[in-house]
Amino acid sequence: MTLQSATGPEFSQKIRAPDQPLLRVSGLTKRYGARIGCADVCFDLFPGEVLGIVGESGSGKSTLLSCLAGHLAPDAGEVIFATAEGPRDTLQMTEPDRRRLSRTDWAFVHQNPRDGLRMGVSAGGNVGERLMAVGARHYGAIRDKATDWLGRVEIAADRIDDRPSAFSGGMQQRLQIARNLVTAPRLVFMDEPTGGLDVSVQARLLDLLRGLVRDLGLSVIIVTHDLAVVRLLADRLMVMKGGRVVEQGLTDQVLDDPQHAYTQLLVSSVLQV
Amino acid sequence: MPDEYNFAYLDEQTKRMIRRAILKGVAVPGYQVPFASREMPMPYGWGTGGVQVTAACLVPADVLKVIDQGADDTTNAVSIRKFFQRTAGVAVTEATGEASVIQTRHRIPEQALREDQILVYQVPIPEPLRFLEPRETETRKMHALEEYGLMHVKLYEDIARHGQIATSYAYPVKVEGRYVMDPSPIPKFDNPKLSDCAALQLFGAGREQRIYALPPYTKVVSLDFEDHPFTPSKADHDCDLCGASDSYLDEVITDDQGGRMFVCSDTDFCRCRREAGHVGRLGGEA
Repeated sequence: MTLQSATGPEFSQKIRAPDQPLLRVSGLTKRYGARIGCADVCFDLFPGEVLGIVGESGSGKSTLLSCLAGHLAPDAGEVIFATAEGPRDTLQMTEPDRRRLSRTDWAFVHQNPRDGLRMGVSAGGNVGERLMAVGARHYGAIRDKATDWLGRVEIAADRIDDRPSAFSGGMQQRLQIARNLVTAPRLVFMDEPTGGLDVSVQARLLDLLRGLVRDLGLSVIIVTHDLAVVRLLADRLMVMKGGRVVEQGLTDQVLDDPQHAYTQLLVSSVLQV
Repeated sequence: MPDEYNFAYLDEQTKRMIRRAILKGVAVPGYQVPFASREMPMPYGWGTGGVQVTAACLVPADVLKVIDQGADDTTNAVSIRKFFQRTAGVAVTEATGEASVIQTRHRIPEQALREDQILVYQVPIPEPLRFLEPRETETRKMHALEEYGLMHVKLYEDIARHGQIATSYAYPVKVEGRYVMDPSPIPKFDNPKLSDCAALQLFGAGREQRIYALPPYTKVVSLDFEDHPFTPSKADHDCDLCGASDSYLDEVITDDQGGRMFVCSDTDFCRCRREAGHVGRLGGEA
């Protein structure tokens, strides 16, 4: 397969997947006044696929993620998500529909767990919030499910009534992941989930994430500047610079045989130890 | 009535503005209607919202009763009653049955209310989601989109920490299956009285500039979990003065030897029962 610098719709047609794409993004553009946040981003994401977005700070990767997740309103483009009722453009959805989507089929893992957790609410309450938001009204059932999920992210069950402020950074991040995955979302957005953690904790978190993604068949869009993270997690990689996608392809392909000058610089900047 | 003030203190334009807010509140039960709250000659937290609602509702023929924590003779009740005696010249009473407008702080009278009565609540913080979500823009959106999962997170936390729903006052309710509402800091014992009440119930929050309402016979449900249902709670005693077993009780410390007594918080209710010949454990001596 030839690598393409800017992507076109033909790109997706070359990779044949068994299903229809879960998310189809085309021409997504966000401007901050005269400056560009991200411009003309196109890609397809298939069920069970992990897409990494890398680039330096200010390259527009977080802007892109916020636009995709509906936190920011883009200026142009389409974000078509395969909802239970068929494909729909999430940018044209009414706000109640979009918010419902973001607490059922979607999840968002923030870089800083404090942004994604309620720090004044116990771990169990944090995990249970999404369940209660979609109508769970049985305390015992909510608590059982919360306990189950704390176990899955390797948090001891006796910490269920502790507040996140009593947790270490790594535990907070794992709690945030449990809180997001409890309603079995199909698409997870992650904004530098391993940022700010030390390397051994990072390694455990990545291990955990990889297991969850495989077990649950999640589709993930993960934004990071850490190439090791995408090497481990991502099936496909998108490299951004100055708000534009400069290169995309299979992760190993892009990292081992970078074509674009910026990607070559990025790959060669990683310290080898 | 002194000539220098308008009837019931507020000028007519202000009253009209408040009545509009009240009408909107009645039309959308449980919805918090913003209004241009005025400075009142009392500090915030003393019932500035309730006083403005009462002033907008009063007519010269009204009979006013003011309750503070169930009692007619505490500072807040006495000063608000005096305020309207001076500025509106309306008749006042302590008897629930005789009043046409009742302004209350933290209680609903034990005696059932009638269709020709108005109950005005003083509300400190009208937003039930406030302590869970500090952003006003966000709470408004949550009300608009009926996203009330967060309210149950609070109840979940109660059970996780105390083994039961420990919220005992300002217990959140859902109005006509739509808006979640803070019933003002009434004990949860009073929550069932909110529902299907014959009287018009108005809620005024002066500092927060919000008015909301429950029209007569509105369905009001207290939030709970299936396996932890709502229970109205009270002290497990009878009133020591009138012997009532079904009224909300205050605990009164009587000495430093551990002596205590339980008395009805609704002073008018207790007085009526004693006048009717009911006597409690300490009814003879106290």
